[in-house]
Amino acid sequence: MLDDILLAASNISRRFGGLTAVDRVSLTLVRGEVHAVIGTNGAGKSTLVNVLAGELPPSSGRVHLHGRDVTRWSQPRRARGGIGRTYQRTTIFPRSTVFENCRLTAQANHQHALNLRSAAAHCGESTGLADRAIEQAGLTGQTHRVAGTLSHGQKRQLEIAMCLATAPQVLLLDEPLAGMGAEETERMLGLLAALKPGHAILLVEHDMDAVFRIADRITVMVNGTVIATGDPVDIRRNADVQTAYLGEIDVPPAAAITA
Amino acid sequence: MRINAALSNALPLAAACALLAVFPFVGGKFYVDLMVTTMILGIFALSLELLVGRTGLVSFGHAAFFGIAAYATALLSPQADAASIAWLLPAVLAIATLAALAVGALSLRTRGIYFIMVTLAFAQMAYFVFHDMKFAGGSDGRYLYVKPVLAIGRVTLIDLDRPLTFYYVTFAALVLVYALLAAVGRARFGHALAGIKANEQRMRAAGFSTYPYKLAAFGLAGALAGVAGFLYAVKDGFVNPEILAWHQSGTVLLMLILGGIGTLRGAVVGAFLFVVLKELFQSEALFGGLARHWQLPLGLTIIACVALMPNGVTGLPAQLRSLRTAVPHAG
Repeated sequence: MLDDILLAASNISRRFGGLTAVDRVSLTLVRGEVHAVIGTNGAGKSTLVNVLAGELPPSSGRVHLHGRDVTRWSQPRRARGGIGRTYQRTTIFPRSTVFENCRLTAQANHQHALNLRSAAAHCGESTGLADRAIEQAGLTGQTHRVAGTLSHGQKRQLEIAMCLATAPQVLLLDEPLAGMGAEETERMLGLLAALKPGHAILLVEHDMDAVFRIADRITVMVNGTVIATGDPVDIRRNADVQTAYLGEIDVPPAAAITA
Repeated sequence: MRINAALSNALPLAAACALLAVFPFVGGKFYVDLMVTTMILGIFALSLELLVGRTGLVSFGHAAFFGIAAYATALLSPQADAASIAWLLPAVLAIATLAALAVGALSLRTRGIYFIMVTLAFAQMAYFVFHDMKFAGGSDGRYLYVKPVLAIGRVTLIDLDRPLTFYYVTFAALVLVYALLAAVGRARFGHALAGIKANEQRMRAAGFSTYPYKLAAFGLAGALAGVAGFLYAVKDGFVNPEILAWHQSGTVLLMLILGGIGTLRGAVVGAFLFVVLKELFQSEALFGGLARHWQLPLGLTIIACVALMPNGVTGLPAQLRSLRTAVPHAG
C-alpha cells in the first residue's frame, strides 16, 4: 500500500506578502484513489495545486513524488516525472486539431528536439501516445477537429487527453466540472472513474454531488488550512465541516453551477 | 484536396524561384542590385519570423545580430587580400550566434513588453559600442576593401566581387534559409515553438522546459540574421553603426507585419514590398520634392496596410474568402 503513495505533500505553506494562502497542508495521493479537495472560493485550493505541480514554490514544506523529494524541481521536470494537471480555465491550443494538441504534449517525453529531418507529424512514439489518449478521453470521433470549435465539455475532455498523452501517474484536476451541463458532467465522471485504477487523482471541485459520488477521500480547506480529511461518510458527518462549509451552500448542486 | 493545398503552396514558391533565377538576365543593373538588397533583407526578415511568427517572441533588437555580423565581416577581413569564405563565414556566424545566445539568455527571462524593451536596450548597447569605439571606425563606419572568395588551391570557386556570382550566392542563401526554416517548422522543434507561442503555460505543464527552446530559437535567429549581415557587408563593402540602430530593428518588424506574421512567405513578401514602397516614395521622378520626405507617405501606406490587411499581404486571400462567406450575396 505504501508503494502506492505517488505524491505526498507535507506541511505545505504558501504566503503572498502578508496573506497565507496555504497554511501547513499535508495530504497524500494514492494510486487508484480520487482525493477531492473542497472548500469555498479563496480557501487556497488552486494555490495548493500550483504548489504540487511545481508552478509555485512553497514558502515552506516538502513535496515527494514516488518517495523522492521534488520540492525544488521545476514544473516541467515534475511533469516529466509523472504529474499531469488541468487548469480552472481550460488551456488547450485552440487553432490546432485535437490530435495535434495531444501529439504535441506527448512529445514532451520524447523530445529529440533538434532532429530536423523527420516531420513532427510522423514521430511514431508521440502519435501513438496521442491516439491512445484521445481514445481514453472519449474523443475518438473528434480527432481531426480544430480544438477551438469543440464544445465546452469536449474542451475539458481534451485537456485531460493532453495530460494523458504525457503518460502521467498523478493527475491534478482543477475544477474539471466547472460550467458543465448534466450530460457533460456524467461523461466526465465516467472518464474519471475509468482513469482511477491507474492513476492517483487530485480533484478540486465545487460540485458536491459529484465529489461525494466519486471521491475516495475528501480534504476540506478553509482559509488555507485543512479542517478535516476522511472518507465521504466521515466528512458528511463532521460537525466542523457542516458549519464551515457544507451548510453554507446547501443548495441543489445543479443550481450551484454557473456557466 | 490535400494535393491541391500542396500545389497551391508550392506553385507560387516555384514561380518566385524561377523569376529570381532568371532576373539577372532580364533586369537592368540597378534592379538586379536592388533585388540583391531585397533578398538580403528577406533573409533578415525570415530570421526574425522564427522569433516573432513562430515562437511569439517580439524582439525589437534583431538588427544587433545583423549589424554585429556585418561588422565582424568587415573587421575580420584582411585589408590587402581576400579572406576565404571557408573560415570567414563560419566565424561571422559563430559571433552572431554567441551574441544572440548572450542577449537571449538574459532577455528571455522577461516577457511581453519587457522583452521588447530589453532586446531594444541590448541592441542600443551594441549600437553605441560600434559608434563610440575606435577599432570599429566610430560613426564613420568601416570599409571592407577586398571581398571574400572561396578557393581551392589556385582555383577560385566563388568570387563575391563578381556581381552575378554575388547575386546567385545571395539567392542560394535565401533558398537555404527558407528551406531550413520550413524544415524547423515541420520538425518537433518547430511544433514545440508553436506550442510555446500558443500557450506556454500548457507546454510547461506538459513537461517542456520552455526556456532552452526559446534560447535555441533566439540563437538560430541570430545566426540567420548573421547570414544576412555577412552578405550585406560584402555587398556594399562598407558598414556603419546605422545598420544596428533601433530603426533597423523596427524596419524588419514592419516587413513582417506588411507581409503577414506567421508564415515564411510573409517575411519574404514583406521585405520585397518594403523595398518596392521605399524606392517608389524615394523616386523624384514620381514625387518631385516630396521624395525627400519619403518616410511620410511610406508611414501612411504602412498604417493603411495594417488597418486594411490585419494579416498582411499574404493573408489577403484568406481575408477576402472569409469576407465572401460572411456576405454570401456579395459576389
